[in-house]
Amino acid sequence: MDFSLSAEQQLLQDTVTQYCKKQYDFESRMARVASDKVADRTQWKAFADLGWLGAGLPEELGGYGGSVIDNSIICEQFGHALVLEPFISSAVLSCQILASLPVSQQTMLLLEKSIAGDTILATAHSEPAARGNLQHTETRATPHKGEWRLNGKKSLVVGLSIADHVIVSANTDEGAALFLVDAEAIQSQIKPYRTIDNALAGDLCLENTPSSVKLSGPEHTMRALANGFADALICLCSEAVGAMDTALFLTRDYLKLRQQFGSSLNNFQSLQHRMAEMLVELELSRSIVYHGIASSGMSDPLRSRAISAMKALVSSAALFVGANAVQLHGAIGMTEEYSIGHYYKRLRVISHLYGNEDTHLKILSTTQGSFWDEGVHQH
Amino acid sequence: MDLRLSPDDIIFRDEIRAFVETSLPADIRRRGQHDYHSHKDDVTRWMRILYSNGWSAVHWPVEFGGTNWSPLRKYIFQDELRRARAPVLDRCALDLLGPVLFKYGSRAQQERFLPRILRGEEWWCQGFSEPNSGSDLASIKTRAELSGDTFRVNGHKIWTTEAHYADWMFALVKTESDKKPQASISFLLLDMKSPGVTVRPIWSIEEGLTLNEVFLEDVSVPAENLVGTAGEGWRYAKDLLTHERTSSAVISHTKRDIEQIRRIASRQPQESACVIDDPLFARKLSRLECETIALEWAVLRSLSADQDDSSSDAVASVLKLKGAELSERAALLAAEALGDYGIAVMNDPEGHSTRYPSSLAPPITDDEEIGVSARALFRRATTIYGGTSEIQKTLIARSILEL
Repeated sequence: MDFSLSAEQQLLQDTVTQYCKKQYDFESRMARVASDKVADRTQWKAFADLGWLGAGLPEELGGYGGSVIDNSIICEQFGHALVLEPFISSAVLSCQILASLPVSQQTMLLLEKSIAGDTILATAHSEPAARGNLQHTETRATPHKGEWRLNGKKSLVVGLSIADHVIVSANTDEGAALFLVDAEAIQSQIKPYRTIDNALAGDLCLENTPSSVKLSGPEHTMRALANGFADALICLCSEAVGAMDTALFLTRDYLKLRQQFGSSLNNFQSLQHRMAEMLVELELSRSIVYHGIASSGMSDPLRSRAISAMKALVSSAALFVGANAVQLHGAIGMTEEYSIGHYYKRLRVISHLYGNEDTHLKILSTTQGSFWDEGVHQH
Repeated sequence: MDLRLSPDDIIFRDEIRAFVETSLPADIRRRGQHDYHSHKDDVTRWMRILYSNGWSAVHWPVEFGGTNWSPLRKYIFQDELRRARAPVLDRCALDLLGPVLFKYGSRAQQERFLPRILRGEEWWCQGFSEPNSGSDLASIKTRAELSGDTFRVNGHKIWTTEAHYADWMFALVKTESDKKPQASISFLLLDMKSPGVTVRPIWSIEEGLTLNEVFLEDVSVPAENLVGTAGEGWRYAKDLLTHERTSSAVISHTKRDIEQIRRIASRQPQESACVIDDPLFARKLSRLECETIALEWAVLRSLSADQDDSSSDAVASVLKLKGAELSERAALLAAEALGDYGIAVMNDPEGHSTRYPSSLAPPITDDEEIGVSARALFRRATTIYGGTSEIQKTLIARSILEL
């Protein structure tokens, strides 16, 4: 067992850290939010040039031969800096879905353009009534003159308003399927909004929306979605670890600075203990992400149980650390101009996204399979 | 990064598992399922079986009869023993005293004491806490006055685990009265059969016996039983308390407790289904499972960290704090799964330490359900012993967060 990063992984981590320090300090980030610059793709092209958009894809699919470990390294650093671009939605979720399908000209072309930063992908799977349950799809697809017509509503599609191509899940008479739609052709059906963390998302209201590309049918769709969301959840949890870490240590520094009752706040034991509890949550989250990564070699239901255990734990930790980081700052923590509230907002979003604590505890409770039949974790 | 067990480690695990399968006597295994306080005879028998295989102190250095296994393998070994519910060995001797003697003991002390620990011939207890020195150990009052080549020891130790089993005690005593508290403490080895030693049992709330008071009245201890230098005892004790960084997470216990809860909840009826089918119960169990997975991976991270890295001492506080909490929650959830009998008194049917001997007992016959009620009470202590959770939080705040 080896937890250390390889030389390449260390280099990747250092590069992302340096980039975020230079390009993504808090003031630049807020300036970008204020001027609606997320959509201008300057950062996205840089991500492509640095090789990050293909970091977790195998070479035979045009990637750089890494794995979910590389993506999670990138996302943890993005968490420290509160990066706004839809990296997980496009480069992880959508690309891993495509990578899990049988290789075709269509998927190869999409992956190539995504890795080069020429197209941003989004995956429209979640629906209002699904409440995080990946198995729940009401959207229907019906054949129509050699094409397909899609009807239904997709909600909280991260990055939707700046995506070029959207992967849409829908049921056909044969079962679950994935379709590709060109975002430009369906602009009128996209309802864009910002999430509380200033990221871009949107709903997709499908009304007889045409798609000429069926990416997969019942034999591959659920597995591809499961793979895509597994990697996306690992990356989301890695991002949470980065964001919690920065929130915790910003709070630590503030407690040492702030004077009240003739003493700096770090001398008050109730605050020290709260900070210790936050650190425990952070370290447990960091640890269970390794279990999530290790689950890549497991088969279901153990794999999905591992992913759900990870997200359930990180979802609650993110809320606890985020909320208490604001609490320990006091009123300043509530201000838009100070960074800690933005960590809280991102951690709230992460806690909710792709299933909250309850959703994933329910999955754990209703599936069988012990991680400990084999003694020490081994898969 | 490679998060799998290596093929060699898997072979190792399977060998240990096969060994435990064939070597752990059936009656000891059955009592292990009950999970009451271990019988001394069972521990000694098991210790001798392990010794005959060279495995009674696997975490000791090879020169003292241990192994050169990696930290991960030592963990796998303990995990497999726990998986089979083998008795917990004399931790005071193996985990606490041993490392102090390797580092600070004289050659004569090492030769006199270590082999007998290895062979399961002598049992040790730790004489640290006193009535007015619990978390604040530096304030102990027990005095040892040297006259000629003999210390005269007077004092009162309390919460002494297994003193009623012990042949020897390693004790913190005050030898230098004029110095500040930390510099006045020495580390002394004391024969429990010496005149002037009185052990009084302290029954705990689960009606079991692990704790004792030990009264020391004019006890003679040869000067050669002083470990290291007089006045350095505080330093040795601190060293010993951080030596076992990961075992305080008791992760191997909690993992098996969760499996046990699942089995109990799957056979205990609830309305027309089973307890496990109740979504609220299942949620609690799943939540416990998540946190236990996270803690096990924290332990695995800690095992692979540089052993000389002093920052991993601080991580030990995280493991202890969370491990204690999960251990108690697991015990309580098992009692909840058992329903009405989870709050019924069930004496150890094969026990020899029973506070109120009585034939009254609820109709429980399943081996892993018998001890559930008592265990849920005993585990109330997990967040108190070995440094309370409040002390651990203060340590985390100071050492890791530098507050």
